[in-house]
Amino acid sequence: MTDTQIFDEMWGSDDSLRAPYQKFHDWFGAEDAARLRAKQREAEELFRLTGITFNVYGRAEAEERLIPFDIIPRIISGAEWLRLSRGIEQRVRALNAFLADIYGGQEIIKAGRLPAEMIARNEAFLPHMIGVAPPGDVYTHIVGIDLVRTGPGEFYVLEDNARTPSGVSYMLENRETMLQMFPELFSQNRVQPVQTYPADLHRSLAACAPAATTGDPVVAVLTPGIYNSAYFEHAFLADQMGVELVEGHDLRIVDGRVAMRTTRGYTPIDVLYRRVDDDFLDPLNFNPDSQLGVAGIMDVYRAGGITIANAPGTGIADDKAIYSYMPEIVEFYTGERPLLENVPTWRCSEPEALAYVLDNLSELVVKEVHGSGGYGMLIGPTATKKDLAAFRKKLRARPGNYIAQPTLSLSTVPIFSRAGLTPRHVDLRPFVLVSPEGIRVTPGGLTRVALKKGSLVVNSSQGGGTKDTWVLEE
Amino acid sequence: MLGKTANGLFWMYRYLERAENIARLIETGQRIALTRLGDSDAEWRSVLESAAVWPGYQAQHEELTKETAIDYLLRARDNPSSVMSCIAQARHNARLVRTAITGEVWEATNAAYMTAHDALARRVSERDLPGVLGTIRQHTALVRGMTHGTMLRNEIYDFARIGTFLERADNTARILDVKYYVLLPSARAVGTSLDNVQWETILRSVSARGGFRMEYGGRAGPREITQFLILDKRMPRSLAFCASKLRDNLRYLGTGDSGTAPSLQKVNHMERMYLSHEVDAIFDYGLHDFIQKMLDLLADLSRQIEVDYRFYE
Repeated sequence: MTDTQIFDEMWGSDDSLRAPYQKFHDWFGAEDAARLRAKQREAEELFRLTGITFNVYGRAEAEERLIPFDIIPRIISGAEWLRLSRGIEQRVRALNAFLADIYGGQEIIKAGRLPAEMIARNEAFLPHMIGVAPPGDVYTHIVGIDLVRTGPGEFYVLEDNARTPSGVSYMLENRETMLQMFPELFSQNRVQPVQTYPADLHRSLAACAPAATTGDPVVAVLTPGIYNSAYFEHAFLADQMGVELVEGHDLRIVDGRVAMRTTRGYTPIDVLYRRVDDDFLDPLNFNPDSQLGVAGIMDVYRAGGITIANAPGTGIADDKAIYSYMPEIVEFYTGERPLLENVPTWRCSEPEALAYVLDNLSELVVKEVHGSGGYGMLIGPTATKKDLAAFRKKLRARPGNYIAQPTLSLSTVPIFSRAGLTPRHVDLRPFVLVSPEGIRVTPGGLTRVALKKGSLVVNSSQGGGTKDTWVLEE
Repeated sequence: MLGKTANGLFWMYRYLERAENIARLIETGQRIALTRLGDSDAEWRSVLESAAVWPGYQAQHEELTKETAIDYLLRARDNPSSVMSCIAQARHNARLVRTAITGEVWEATNAAYMTAHDALARRVSERDLPGVLGTIRQHTALVRGMTHGTMLRNEIYDFARIGTFLERADNTARILDVKYYVLLPSARAVGTSLDNVQWETILRSVSARGGFRMEYGGRAGPREITQFLILDKRMPRSLAFCASKLRDNLRYLGTGDSGTAPSLQKVNHMERMYLSHEVDAIFDYGLHDFIQKMLDLLADLSRQIEVDYRFYE
């Protein structure tokens, strides 16, 4: 972890052009700024027309917004990717083994590698899943691993997304847009394809069909509905896979199966790719007020009548308190040293850690254990005195609710601005598919970029943008 | 196909059709006002009645003026049948059924919405009105064209067509309902100039002037107009034409195992009992009663389709 110099993925730390960007650099040098500005506007028009929008929670007047798209690709070499993807695969294997163990024999606790209260007192632990073996033994069918980079070979996992990771539609649409706007770039650079993702997803889900399946597995996507912030993505994936997009009120239990109401009656679903949180999945078993789920689906699930992807209860694996144990978890289940690094993490539930965090607050990033979307976090170095004081109070009141990490100096990638190429901080979310046939990491992923100078917050809900992410063929 | 999706398609195309029909009614009203051939205020009232929004208008406005009538029909958010509301509803339904329609149809619908949203952001001046209405018509036509050119001829298409023709039949029947009195045989055989204006208004309201001239030349009389708008099987906005399309598409949908679907039976009954006679039979039945009956039958058919194809449960 270097904090001396920020690593730029195009220019390195010493202003010398890095190899993956060579051809791009030549192309860019011959381009005219006015033409590129026109292309940037054209990209926005394309996004607006295709309707790639997200809804911002709590802002009714701005019902649909575009995520800003930057036309400069982020380029990763084939060799860099190979290392990364091995690490991702190892980590995802460990996550699945961890879930099977936690809802099974809990060997990791018996072995003393994870404190029992990390599970027993964790809100993300779902007792309903104890002893349930999901079809194909897969818990996390779709995973997004959030990575940050600090140097040429230094990648850290910032977060595992094992519940319902979103953003894959942007990965795909960003590539489509770039192909349309800059075909010549793709002739000059050999970029590994991402476009097979929907077909891979479909095959991967179908391979996890439950015992009750007869014939070709029927897959459907469950969305909370048109007002959900990620509705576009739900519709997009259902459309690309050629499967139905259903809501809770389209479904009911018929003859021990979850079935959807078609114009000709009820048809059973074999695999449900749900984009609805655990809590809302089944009003009979969880939140009784939920209108979004299907009453009784958990009973069908336990009886082997349906595959739910991702499995209920996977939140225990991407919980931020569990995150700090990931190095142990990877070693325990794979017997290998972790290939990807964890960011050092202080668990504020531990008194010494809390004391350290309180003393060094202005240098740390503090996150809520169950939070997401960049809400409820503190970035010490940029926080005001008032913010720091407020957070100290919160930390003392509920220390178990927080973890803290050092402020990493995230790598930068150029964006196209009025001044030409300007560096901005980025992260990366590669998408991983898991089935009994294997683990598949799509080459690339979603690069999120903080558009404000110096900012480290890349979340789209807080003004971040996205970029196309290229992995070059070797 | 999901019942919910069938419902969304049905309404997406009903709203698109309605947006076009309302735009056409505005054009007709404006033309009459400009040519000063009729009583303009009375004409705006009948336009609002034809659009089935007269009670809503009265609740919002004390006076009837051309400007407020046009604005209410074109942009009012509290008017669910304003052109803007219809296009927004069509797009909302298109989003709901995004997986059922092609990318081309979705983008055309989205573009229609974005264009209308910009063009109707402010009150439209008289000078801009023809341009705005023309643009909106082009965009809805583009959705229709993309539907025709890119969609598979399967049940998805059938529901789109059923929505279109139910709305269209309803629209034609409403125009006749408001203007029936000028078509009664008791009106003079050779119309006064006022009658002629009224007859032309009816034809304009359903884009039928050209077709009618082709068919009847100058012999425009109430009997011919009634025949043309209700019974002519080649006139794409006549009740008989719409009913035949509804019948075809309901038949393509089929019924699975339980015999003829009640909705298909209903449309068969409508055609046999009401749309297979000579025009004189309609006058004998009573033109106004006949049109009221058609409006009832269409509403009943719409409800039956919802039930037969599990739109809601």
